[in-house]
Amino acid sequence: MAMSLAQKLIARAAGREEVREGEIVTCKVDLAMFHDSSGPRRLQPMLEQLGAGIWNKDKVVLVMDHYVPERNDDARRIVRIAREWARDQHLPHVYDSQGICHVVVPQHGHIRPGMFCVGGDSHSPTGGAFGAYMFGVGSTEMLGVVTTGEIWVQVPRTIRMRWYGRLQAGVAAKDMMLAMIARFGMNGGAYQAVEFCGEAVRALPMHERMTLANMSAELGAQVGLIAPDEITREWLEAHGAPDVETRPWFSDQGSLQEEHRFEGGALAPQVAAPFSPANAGDAAQFAGVKIQAAYIGACTGAKLEDLRFAARVLRDRHVAAGVRLLVAPASHADRDTAAREGTLQVLQDAGAQLQPSACGICAGYGDGFAAHETVISSTARNFRGRMGPPGTQVYLASPYTVAASAVAGQIVDPREVLA
Amino acid sequence: MNGDLHRVWRVGSDVDTDALAPGAWMQHGVDVIAQHCLEALRPDFAAGARPGDVLVAGRNFGIGSSREQAAAALRHLGIAAVVAPSYSGLFFRNAFNLGLLLLTCPGCDVIHEGEQIAFDARAGTVTRQHGQVLAAEPIPGFLLAMVEAGGLFSQLQHRFRTRTP
Repeated sequence: MAMSLAQKLIARAAGREEVREGEIVTCKVDLAMFHDSSGPRRLQPMLEQLGAGIWNKDKVVLVMDHYVPERNDDARRIVRIAREWARDQHLPHVYDSQGICHVVVPQHGHIRPGMFCVGGDSHSPTGGAFGAYMFGVGSTEMLGVVTTGEIWVQVPRTIRMRWYGRLQAGVAAKDMMLAMIARFGMNGGAYQAVEFCGEAVRALPMHERMTLANMSAELGAQVGLIAPDEITREWLEAHGAPDVETRPWFSDQGSLQEEHRFEGGALAPQVAAPFSPANAGDAAQFAGVKIQAAYIGACTGAKLEDLRFAARVLRDRHVAAGVRLLVAPASHADRDTAAREGTLQVLQDAGAQLQPSACGICAGYGDGFAAHETVISSTARNFRGRMGPPGTQVYLASPYTVAASAVAGQIVDPREVLA
Repeated sequence: MNGDLHRVWRVGSDVDTDALAPGAWMQHGVDVIAQHCLEALRPDFAAGARPGDVLVAGRNFGIGSSREQAAAALRHLGIAAVVAPSYSGLFFRNAFNLGLLLLTCPGCDVIHEGEQIAFDARAGTVTRQHGQVLAAEPIPGFLLAMVEAGGLFSQLQHRFRTRTP
């Protein structure tokens, strides 16, 4: 039977030769990732009540990224629970205040092609960029995973997004995603498997592929997969996961149910207006909208590649008067590389204020923007009230567009600045 | 599940998890979060919801975050079920894990605020007060069993209690 990449990944985890679309199967979990918000503070009391232990500590990764750095007593309490629990449980894989889980975990070689993984966070589909079946779950379902090592899944159909051609300069994976979300809606993925393919996808570096997989969450897909290749292998080699096997992990010809085609070269930079990522259109449509703040942050929009995009725009330029540009690199590794290669200096010379490598304002757990502010942001979500009071207007865009708009003091198509 | 009548609260499409469990209250327990459930859309909801009420929503209910407090808050307020044409897949899993019944009912847009409805999850029906019967999609048996047990935690408790050491 011809199988999609999603089917092959599920079949392996279910210990089956093949699985059929719509079937409900139980899979063995290779990796369970959670953070300070979804993890210990919720898992610890439930584990105690159950009198149960962790099925395999080597397959668990804990990342402190939501409530760090601690801003108040509640945050201190939540992070302390995570640290004490990690110590009591002797967890071997803990990353405390080193960046955002979706970036830190692959950067330490925990995610490899062919794996079946769950994460206690909705952007867990990021792991699909490496050819792993990875999706988000809530804390109670995570409790089921950490006590049994298993989880159920309904075998999805695959929705294939094929991108032809090559993106123009100043256009990025974020623009591809906003265009797809605008076309299909925030639940257009219908909790099925989305697979990104075509020469425009193949040409993307790993961090850009991660942006595609990451925002599969905003498409409402369970997973967002990219068949691993030489780019995947080389990146993993450099990040603590050498010698991965990429060859088995692709969709067989004749296995696919649905395919949508896009011309990469025709894509303009995209901007999503408040209060939904699905409110996206060409940046030119929003040209002239005055902004008071610009934010380059989050797993979606502040990886090393995103910082480089912003630097390309900001080199020898300065943020407009009356606008603040905040930059929160997605991980310390990305921040340090950006510092070494001079990218960070370019951003700071342009007037960017460096923020801690954590979920920060994107998580919406406090300290957001003001009610009267209009913000352009490289993050994933602009729901009402998420990054500030209900009045805060947040526009979503790529790091190119965010940086260019910060310079102009209003939303602009970054190709005008780069030209 | 039974023929009891349930009072309806109506909300629109694309209700996200930030609306159900606002981020600013996420550092607290579900008792506090529940007091702010839907406050940006329906400021009267949290204080006015009575045990047994149902929430009837538009499409894509529960989009956004993996925070299960979105479902837990509705359970905490005593909401007996949510009725909507479609859900976020992640919210769908969380709801059943937390013991909150979701009925996928493509025709539920006709239901009004304040009317009384009955539902039968096994039969896949939502019945309006004047007798109109709307079809709801079938729910896999193991998920119905999970809701009837009160959620995944209760099932895990049973599993670990009855496990031989």
